[in-house]
Amino acid sequence: MTEVKLFGSWYSPFSRRVEMALKLKGVEYEYIDEDLSNKSPLLLKYNPIHKKVPVLLHNGKPIAESSVIIEYIDETWEGPSILPKDPYERAMARFWVKFLDEKCSVAMWKAFAIPGEEGEKAKEEAAELLKFLEEEIKGKKFFGGENVGLVDISANFIGYWFGILQEIVGLELLTKEKYPNLCKWIDGYINDNFVKDNLPAKDKMNEVFKALAQPGFSGYKPKV
Amino acid sequence: MGEVKLLGTHSSFPCARIVWALKLKGIPYEFIKEDLLNKSSLLLEMNPVYKKVPVLLHDSKPVVESLIIIEYIDETWKTNPLLPQDPYDRAMARFWAKFVDEKVVLSAWEAMRSQGEEKAINSAQEALGFLENLIKGKKFFGGEKIGYLDLVVGWIALWLKAMEEVGGMMLLDSLKFPSLNEWTQNFIQVPAIHESLPPKEDVVNYFQFGLDYLRSLAAK
Repeated sequence: MTEVKLFGSWYSPFSRRVEMALKLKGVEYEYIDEDLSNKSPLLLKYNPIHKKVPVLLHNGKPIAESSVIIEYIDETWEGPSILPKDPYERAMARFWVKFLDEKCSVAMWKAFAIPGEEGEKAKEEAAELLKFLEEEIKGKKFFGGENVGLVDISANFIGYWFGILQEIVGLELLTKEKYPNLCKWIDGYINDNFVKDNLPAKDKMNEVFKALAQPGFSGYKPKV
Repeated sequence: MGEVKLLGTHSSFPCARIVWALKLKGIPYEFIKEDLLNKSSLLLEMNPVYKKVPVLLHDSKPVVESLIIIEYIDETWKTNPLLPQDPYDRAMARFWAKFVDEKVVLSAWEAMRSQGEEKAINSAQEALGFLENLIKGKKFFGGEKIGYLDLVVGWIALWLKAMEEVGGMMLLDSLKFPSLNEWTQNFIQVPAIHESLPPKEDVVNYFQFGLDYLRSLAAK
């Protein structure tokens, strides 16, 4: 009997992405929620290099890094495809995921978290980067087409987490006026029956983000 | 199987990775040399997000980011597979490739930029240490034949040496990294690699120029 375990954190978008992938494939798994301020010996054993969540354990063999895990899930289990089948479309999907994680989310996080001139610069950069996504989603229900796909799963920070951050600090970066198509995607996304079961409750997220502002909180932070 | 063009420069190791992948698969291609100080309209049109090389054009459709390009090449041309067949082995290869680009490259660059500052050296050598452990007892990261991860790590066979020269420091010393050093020798002897390595002096100049340029920006 195959055994699947996921070490994650209920408020981490990276962890939630992997859960979405597992659920899309109908994989049964044991979920272990990590206290990121007090990481378990098992987590440190299975991800000694980065010491982060999520970590997937399949038949005792660990895999770290959400994008790597999701591709592994797509290749290992039957069910709806997470990545497209066509090589060119796969390359495009991987490109958008990289863009989201390495450029877009980083700039957006800085726009939220960093005050002063550096924060203003980050806002300008984020505003420019979001235009690429606005263009890409035009005329499509999801980045993956008719159904949620790799890019939609990986855009969960923009789809949900960022909206909560914006509200907390009164940041007006990702607005309907400036990004009508992207905001339409967000509405469809957070109301999608499958996706909404994989989003942490808003009031709990508010608490986490407020706690983030406190010194000494060593929990969630994207790679900046 | 379609027209292949590669926009790049000979001194850039992400571009070299693509040259190696194309040569290993026997894919004919046209190399279009870019002047990174005066980027062509083609480059800016084909890679508007990053504006960088390499850009692969397959029947005029662009693919960017070297790791993504290699996977595209591997999935499109099936001879001489670069990634492993087994999904777990593939996951490990992708994990380590990310580690190389996110930790090893950046820490080596920092060691160079800081002209061998102790903390930077330690950080870079710690990262290289993981690769040393990974290659122990193996001829190539891919096993008996070179594969995806060898192409990803390949820059240490030349570009790292150039960084050592420009930074006036030593990272990949043969006492601490015997296996990685041995792998380097195996790697550069592969014909497809050997025939496409640029002269070391060109890479040294490339890094020196890049460093000076960044310093001049910081000074302003």
